[in-house]
Amino acid sequence: MNSRSRWPVVVVGLLVGASAFPFYWAIVSSFTPEARLFQAPSLVPTNLVLDHYRALFTERNFWVPIRNSLVVAGATTAFCVTIGALCAYALARLQFRGKSMLLGFILAVSMFPQISVVPPLYLVLRSLHLINTYPGLVLPYLTFAMPLTVWLLVGFFRQLPPELEEAAMVDGASRLRAFREIIVPLALPGLATTAILTFVYSWNEFLFALSFTLGPERQTVPVAIALFRGQYQVPWGQILAAALVATAPVALLVLAFQRRIVQGLTAGAVKG
Amino acid sequence: MASVRLENVGKVYPNGHVAARGLDLVVGDGEFMVLVGPSGCGKSTALRMIAGLETPTSGRILIGDADVTSLPPQERDIAMVFQSYALYPHMTVRQNLAFGLRMRGAPPEAIDARLAEAARVLALEEVLDRKPAQLSGGQRQRVALGRAIVREPKVFLFDEPLSNLDAKLRVETRAELARLHRRLGATVVYVTHDQEEAMTLGGRVAVMRDGILQQVAPPMEVYRRPANRFVAGFVGSPGMNFLSGPVPPSLARGALPGGAILGIRPHDIAIVAPGSADLEAWVDVVEPRGSELLVYLRLGDEHTGEEIRVVAPPEPAIQPERRVGLAFDRARLHWFEKESGRRMEDVVP
Repeated sequence: MNSRSRWPVVVVGLLVGASAFPFYWAIVSSFTPEARLFQAPSLVPTNLVLDHYRALFTERNFWVPIRNSLVVAGATTAFCVTIGALCAYALARLQFRGKSMLLGFILAVSMFPQISVVPPLYLVLRSLHLINTYPGLVLPYLTFAMPLTVWLLVGFFRQLPPELEEAAMVDGASRLRAFREIIVPLALPGLATTAILTFVYSWNEFLFALSFTLGPERQTVPVAIALFRGQYQVPWGQILAAALVATAPVALLVLAFQRRIVQGLTAGAVKG
Repeated sequence: MASVRLENVGKVYPNGHVAARGLDLVVGDGEFMVLVGPSGCGKSTALRMIAGLETPTSGRILIGDADVTSLPPQERDIAMVFQSYALYPHMTVRQNLAFGLRMRGAPPEAIDARLAEAARVLALEEVLDRKPAQLSGGQRQRVALGRAIVREPKVFLFDEPLSNLDAKLRVETRAELARLHRRLGATVVYVTHDQEEAMTLGGRVAVMRDGILQQVAPPMEVYRRPANRFVAGFVGSPGMNFLSGPVPPSLARGALPGGAILGIRPHDIAIVAPGSADLEAWVDVVEPRGSELLVYLRLGDEHTGEEIRVVAPPEPAIQPERRVGLAFDRARLHWFEKESGRRMEDVVP
């Protein structure tokens, strides 16, 4: 290897190291007994135990926040992608007045700092008796997830040649049928990318989940982890174990759909 | 099968662009009608209005006896072949061909039978289970044709279906299309910008320009008696010569109101010895085209004279930079009004 090609390897190695190290450290720590965490930290794990993970599911009942997160993120994603796809298709294809203004407006909605919409949303949700319920989280999540979905999908739909739907309609399909049978299958990489981004976003969301839930029975994973810390001690081992458990579904999703995501994010970049 | 009738159809886009104006056109049952014109002349818009993909802003469209002006495409029972073919990329050839029948709720046995027939006619049997991406250009084109044929629609619409093929394949497919039309006896509206395609395929040719129909007639009539200067110049290759300068006395038809332009096709001029001819010219460029020569000449002065093109038999005497005489075929002269461009015999009796 000559010196010219060695530099990129070094730089990339440093970058990967820097971003992977905290994750590695979290893994090691989550298997280290609480007492040793502060007395004798070591890069190489010794004396591994499963105590923190066991405590997570026996003492803390961590299944509940996982279930809550799955329900909320799953429902948000399902609503977002179905409604968002129809909305984006209309914006990508139909001609109507004020279309570009509408697109701008949708984007503007997502520009508000999240904290600024917490109080009004709280009042709305309270009057609808939706505080501390699943819909009480899914609905507010749609406010930030939908604009993202619509914007991403409008881009994907615009890349598909309109003649395909025209051909389908001449062939006897209604516009909705053409959408379902021709556009959706072709936009699948885009839909998958959008779905995963929405899911990850909702899975990680903290502020709304903290503000609109009252007790552990509806708290999501990030809120539950944040509330682990007691008055006198912070159970770092359990927090790290929980963080790893919370990362797992997201990491698995992304790994499973990795190719689709790359396809989706770069679709149309190169004509092919 | 059915006829197609456009009655005073116009299309103005919201931005004010006029794509079609006062189109009156009747395509008879089983007729092969070609809409031809330069790009942007409104021919594709006209076709898309017949298909239902665009809505006219004025006038009516009838298929058979039914007014379809406001019907969506799926209720018009038409089939269309797109320039880009628009094959469904995620479906196999079989699924592509069956799609239209499936949408109309045809029973599976009927679909299979029609599909087999179309695949046989278009030689697609080998590739039925491939995806469009795995096909050659010619095969894709045939799948697009097949998708239209299996439907057995009232009207076939073609939007420049041959323009993505290479020259050789285009000529072959053109013949195939003509054969297919004869077999099916179908009503066809075919859009092209290629006048040669229009002439060879069309039962009648409709020449359009700037959204307005210029002439609708059988190909030979459009060629022999073009309705105006635009049609005269558009149809035929190489294009017609127009002489706007003083016309030689031997050709003039007496005093013409408003002045006149003389048009004559390159095939209707003979190169002869100077002296006895209608006009004298200077040979500029000679292009051998195998069976004939395409000769570019200049009338009168060799630098500033009007250019004129002549198709001549390959004679060694025709060499650049020589002076020759030109004899015009008296029966093949076309006179056009200077202002309006209209054909003269339609103007002066």
